[in-house]
Amino acid sequence: MLTINNRDKIEWQPGMTVSDVLNKMGYNYSLITVTVNGVLILEEDYDTYEVEDNAQISVFHLAHGG
Amino acid sequence: MELGKDLIFARNVEGLTALMQNAVVGIAGCGGLGSNIAVALTRAGIGKLILLDFDIIEPSNLNRQYFFLNDVGKLKVDALSKHLKNINSEIIIEKQIKQIDKEDTEKIFYPADILIEAFDRAESKKFLIESWVKAFPDKPVIVGNGLSGFGNTDLLKVQKVGNIYFCGDGFTNMDLGLTSARVAIVANMQANLAIEIIAKKGGLNADYKQPRQD
Repeated sequence: MLTINNRDKIEWQPGMTVSDVLNKMGYNYSLITVTVNGVLILEEDYDTYEVEDNAQISVFHLAHGG
Repeated sequence: MELGKDLIFARNVEGLTALMQNAVVGIAGCGGLGSNIAVALTRAGIGKLILLDFDIIEPSNLNRQYFFLNDVGKLKVDALSKHLKNINSEIIIEKQIKQIDKEDTEKIFYPADILIEAFDRAESKKFLIESWVKAFPDKPVIVGNGLSGFGNTDLLKVQKVGNIYFCGDGFTNMDLGLTSARVAIVANMQANLAIEIIAKKGGLNADYKQPRQD
């Protein structure tokens, strides 16, 4: 089981990548930062980084304005 | 007028001024967030700032950025440096007047103990966070995220994940407009967090407990 943003739970599957998790959660907005167990995952690694079972994943939307 | 640091920072809690004096903070973007962050850190006694911005001051900046009528048309980094030196003449400022991409983050900001993200566009926030964490996984980055509109102060918060801190509401976008007070609150949340990180690293207690009221 994976936990996203301390709130949503999805079933873990072997070989699941960050991209798989984002697709499953319906995140298609690109302006996000993603961490897995507190470690930032670079966008170029979303397709290859495999998440472990029981991982805590956070997805932060980045808003314009500064 | 030249005043000694002991006079200017007399109201800092004991021990803080020395820690701030030895700290280096990078500020990426000197607009609504960055200009107000720089002022807050200068007033807290920061030793050195690396200020990055390529833009000049426009009249529409005056509703929220730490600039004045006679700054219009000047480079933000130049005008801001002048204002900061007018608070503490001994502050060291490294000016970086340029647009950057992800390849530049490391070589520009490597001397910084903490990086503060104060860019306008979410795309820039993203590459700055990713390139900083990739280069310096153990150094904090403080991101301004969601500060548009007005009111709704209770939506503003700090969220930490690893060494990344997000300040703001996390969702309001510029189509709600940018208003002085709300932008400055988030800027000061970012500055306050930087001060806290510097103080704690130096062993200064920053865990306040509210006394029981009953």
